[in-house]
Parts: sequence; structure tokens; C-alpha cells
Amino acid sequence: MTEEFASKSAAAIDRAKSDGRAALVGYLPAGYPTVQESIEAGIALARNGADLIEIGIPYSDPVMDGPVIQAATTEAIANGFRVSNVFDVVAGITAATDAAVLVMTYWNPVMRMGVDEFSRRLAEAGGAGLITPDLVPDEAHEWLEASDKYGLDRVFLVAPSSTPERLDMTVKASRGFVYAVSIMGVTGTRTSVSSSAEDVVARAHAAGAERVCVGLGVSNPDHVREIAAYADGVIVGTALVAALRDGGVDAVGQLTKNLSAGLGRAAAEA
Amino acid sequence: MVDAPTAGSEENAADAFLQGGPSLRNASGPYFGNYGGRWMPESLIAALDEVQDTFEKAKADPEFIAQLKDLNKNYSGRPSLLTEAKRFSEHAGGARIFLKREDLNHTGSHKINNVLGQALLAKRMGKTRVIAETGAGQHGVASATAAALLGLECVVYMGAEDCRRQALNVARMQLLGATVVPVTNGSQTLKDAINDALRDWVSNVEHTHYLLGTAAGAHPFPAMVRYFHEVIGEEARSQILEQTGKLPDAIAACIGGGSNAIGLFHAFLDDASVKIYGFEAGGEGVETGRHAAAISLGRPGVLHGARSYLMQDEDGQTIESHSISAGLDYPSVGPEHSYLADIGRVTYEAVTDTEAMDAFSLLCRTEGIIPAIESSHALAGAIKIGKRLTEGKETPSEVTVIVNLSGRGDKDVETAAAWFNMLDEEGHVKGTTLSTRKPKGPAERVSEAAMDVNEDQN
Repeated sequence: MTEEFASKSAAAIDRAKSDGRAALVGYLPAGYPTVQESIEAGIALARNGADLIEIGIPYSDPVMDGPVIQAATTEAIANGFRVSNVFDVVAGITAATDAAVLVMTYWNPVMRMGVDEFSRRLAEAGGAGLITPDLVPDEAHEWLEASDKYGLDRVFLVAPSSTPERLDMTVKASRGFVYAVSIMGVTGTRTSVSSSAEDVVARAHAAGAERVCVGLGVSNPDHVREIAAYADGVIVGTALVAALRDGGVDAVGQLTKNLSAGLGRAAAEA
Repeated sequence: MVDAPTAGSEENAADAFLQGGPSLRNASGPYFGNYGGRWMPESLIAALDEVQDTFEKAKADPEFIAQLKDLNKNYSGRPSLLTEAKRFSEHAGGARIFLKREDLNHTGSHKINNVLGQALLAKRMGKTRVIAETGAGQHGVASATAAALLGLECVVYMGAEDCRRQALNVARMQLLGATVVPVTNGSQTLKDAINDALRDWVSNVEHTHYLLGTAAGAHPFPAMVRYFHEVIGEEARSQILEQTGKLPDAIAACIGGGSNAIGLFHAFLDDASVKIYGFEAGGEGVETGRHAAAISLGRPGVLHGARSYLMQDEDGQTIESHSISAGLDYPSVGPEHSYLADIGRVTYEAVTDTEAMDAFSLLCRTEGIIPAIESSHALAGAIKIGKRLTEGKETPSEVTVIVNLSGRGDKDVETAAAWFNMLDEEGHVKGTTLSTRKPKGPAERVSEAAMDVNEDQN
């Protein structure tokens, strides 16, 4: 991983590490149910134990998302969400908390705005970087350039199906952390975490990744405890979106508190 | 990659081609100029590599080639005919219009060419299940057919709106043993069916092949789907030479994702004298915004794995497309078409619903052929270019045009009947005994009772 400047995501993960625990990464869509409420929900995430916050840009064709996130992002678009609102959400959360705030986005909205323009505005808003579910390093020339120019983290995904060559290439292209997909599938809660997750994390570490976080299907404190034992961070999405849908900002805070209880390595060994 | 096409370098490519430059027939992907590529989740990259590897090996394997040839000949019924449409031609300025009869293939469209090839590849990869998306239902029916033939499980994703428009094709797929999943996300049409198929693929990729039905998507699909359809153009080229002794002045095809078109075009790409036309769905008119003319009115973006022309708003959200033809109702287009548009080798124009349906009716009445509404867009386009190319010509019959009649219209009869105002308020065909009869005697009552019994059983 390239680390020419201080990565906000790496710093957030390292702070957790120095507390003797894994980092908690919480996902919520921008503009769901409204722009203002998504800022409040993001702040609730940070105040209840999330070290990093992943703000998703609602998109018309989210092929890596399951029904819960699809429904939320569709509603956000119907409620008038515009892509430039994501910078307001990032700025709003960053101003009120110490969490590193990344944006998770499918690539076309970034391409439409212009990769450089998008990156500049994200950096101005205080964002840490981008998580790109449908952009592999092979197609990322423009983003590699812009992320260097504006000092942004670039979080690429690795999967159980990634070959050693691709894993190596992806780890080298990433900055901040590497996102390990726990399972072959789309976002959504699952009853158990796939055993392939631990293998992907080990392979990413072996390829030189200093920080590897695990996402997809992680929804409760037991999952968090299990993953925190071998990964540098745990990513929770669908469960938080469902909590926001069903119980509003307070429910997001409560669930985050419960999830963060599973983070300590000591707890995992107990 | 850059966000906007570099017009300068592409003009040079067009110039180079016109001056006898490099062949346009060797584009193997992943890029076609600035288009194509693999804008896909990492989870699927290994599967795409596997497909590509299997495809490349199969192409070089005489056994595979022989197998495909045998199926094309003895199962699909290839070569398909090239039929001169003499009475139809009178409405196209007197140019001689020839129809490449993909409608006569088994399952009624060009789609069978691609599914047989890909289903054979699926077997080679050891996959036991294929999934497919479908718009009009033609690709779904073809996929279900190939799966039945080769003993594969088949699941077809189809927009709920398209299931309604093409109910008969849903039944056909089910009869062939496939499971049809109505997709209720988004616009409930082809693009949303592709989204759900991709979600299925990423979850089941170990034993499942995604049998993508058009020359779009991530590499290797655009180049691979084209390869399986190249037979259309190869046959048409030798058939027209045989029938007229010369190359055509123009060739035409309809464009949704663009698979039938690229299949026809490919054999003629290097024939500089042949003008090539692609006809997109202009829907209710391009000025209304309700259309599917991605090349004519879109701008480059990424959707479903490829960079190509795309109907999108200022935020990069995909705009829902509109067309009377379910098979053309797609907001993007295969990347090779975007490239061929930029270098000026192929001219892309929009044809409205009304123009397409007029051509549909004309072909029915002048040639005794009911075309698919998709193909009717190419027929409408052929009338336009026939008139254009014969203008001022003393012997217009010297102008020859090949139109890809990519599918038959049986599936579209209900849509057409509604369009031409042939149905009564209850959806029955006007003027038939079913909707207008009045009981006159015992015989009629008996048949009516029989009808009721049948209805109860449904």
C-alpha cells in the first residue's frame, strides 16, 4: 500500500488498534431518509462506537446491493437526493465527530461529475476517500491519479474468488485499508459469517496489506466478535440501514453500541 | 480512461480506415477505442477470466467449432435464408431490399446463435446452471431451449413489465423447463433484469454461467457474443454476392444492446463501399425524452460492466428507456457500437414506435411475413435509406440493401393488435365471434358452454 501522506482511514484503524481492538466501520446511505437525517444518523454512528463511516451514494443500478439497501437508496433518490448532497453529508459528519468518513459509490456518478472534480469536492468536505464496489484497479487510472492529487484513500475490494495475482495487485493499489468481501454475494444480513472471510483476510495480509476490514453479511455482535479476532476492522451495513428504517436515528445509535461491544480481541478469546 | 471520447484520435481512425487502414474485424476487446472494459465487482473478475479463457480455447478447438456448426445446421436450421422483399421494396424508393431471415431460426430469432455457443461453453466449464436476462423474451426462450437441449438448469430474469408485455414467452420458457423470475425493481425492464441476474451470478458463480444475451457487458461478453453472431453477416455476404453478383450498397439492423446488428455488420466492416446503419428505438420521439436511443442521445458512462453510450441524467443515474419493443428497451448499447459510431463507420439513427409499427404492418401486407417489432425498426430504417440512396437515380433497382430480420413477430401479435386498434374494450379481437357473437341457436350455446369450461380450467 502506498502511504505518501497521512491516511485518515489508516489513522482511525490504528487508533482502534492501539486500544487493543478492531475498528468498527458503519455504512449508511446519503440522503436516507433525508439529507439531514442521514447526517444525524452518521453522527449517531460515530458517537456510539464507529471508527469509520461509509456513506453510500444512492444509485439507480446497485448490482452489489441486496433488497434492504436497494429499497433505502431508491427511496433516497425518490426523496430528491442529488449526488452533490453527499459532500454535505460528509462535511456534516466530519464537523461533528472524529470518525474517518469515506464515500462508497458505484462508479458512474463519479465519472459523470468528473473524477477530478468529484475528488476535489470530497477532499474539501473532509472526506477520507472512496470505497468502489464496481471499480477494479485495472480501470482506475483516473482515480489513482486524482486520489494521489487530493490525498484520498482508495479502498478496493478483494473477494474469496480473487486470484493471488489479483489480490497482490489490488492490495498494492489500495490505500487506507483493503475491503475483504466475506462471501460471494451481495449486501444483506446472513445468519452466519462465511469461513472464507478469514482466508481472504489472511491472504490479503500475506500480500502486504496492513489493514484489512471485512464486510458483507455482518449484522450482529457475535459476527463482529468472530471477525474482530482476525481482521483489522468490521464493516456493518444492511443491519444499520434496517435499524434506521425501523427505529430512526436512536435505533442506529443503539445497534452501534451493541455491535461495538463485540470489538475487543479479549472478548473474542473469552 | 478519460471521461469524454477523444474526438481527434477517432477522426484519425476513421480517416485511416477510409484510406485502407487496419481491419475493423479484429477487435477482440476488452477495449473498443475508449469503450468496453470491465467495470465490474472484483468478485466476478475470476469468473469473467474463466469465461474468456474457455472461449479462447474453444475458438481454437476444431471439435468445438464442429459441434457449433452441427447445432447451427441441424438444430437451428442455418443457414437462414436471404429473401428479396420485392413488394416491400416498392415502398423504399425502388431499392432492392433483401431480408436476412433470422426469424426462421429455431426459436424464432437470432438469439439462438449466441445461446448455443455459450451453453456449450458452460458445459466446458463444468457449470450446471445458466441464468439469463430477457427483454422481449426471445433471449429467455433461446436460453431455456439451449438449457433443455444440453441438460442445464435455467433461470431467466425478466422485468415484471416485460412479463406482462410478453406473457406468451413466459409460458414458452416455463414449458421448456426454465424458471422465470419477474423483476420488480426500478423500471421493471431489461436493465433491471440484468441487475438481478448479476446479483444471482455473484452469489452462485461457482456452478452458474451468466448467459448474457447481447453484445454488451464486461469483457469478454461483447467480443464473444459478436463471435457467435458473426455467422449472420458471413452468410448474408455470400448470399447477396450469389444473388446479385455484388456487395450491397447498405446494410441495416435494429439496435438494443446490438447483438443482431454486430453479427450482421462484422462481415461488412472492411467493405468500404457498404454503408452500415443501426436503428435505435426512438420510442415516442427523441424530443419527448421517452425513447431508448442511447447512441443518438446518450453520453459515455458505465453500466453493467462496460463503458459505452448511456442514457443518464446529470448525476449519472441511469434514465429509464422507453420503446414499444421490449427487446430494444435498454438505456445503453454494446461498446463496439459506441466505437463504430465515434469513428463514423456505422451511422446510428432513431426510429419511432410509429415508424416501426408502420413498417411492421407494411411487411405483413406486402410480403406475408410478420416481423418482430424490434426488427421492424430496421425495416423502417431501410425504407428511409432506400429512399435516400435511390434519390435522383435513373435505375433505383441497382441499389441493394440488406435488412436483418432478426426475429419473427408471433410474440408481438397482442401488442400489434392493440396498437392497430384491433381490440375491443375487453381486449378481445374486434369482429370475431368471441367478442361480437350473440346467441342465435343451440349450436352456438354448446360452443359457448365449452368455452366456459375451458376458462374455468385456466
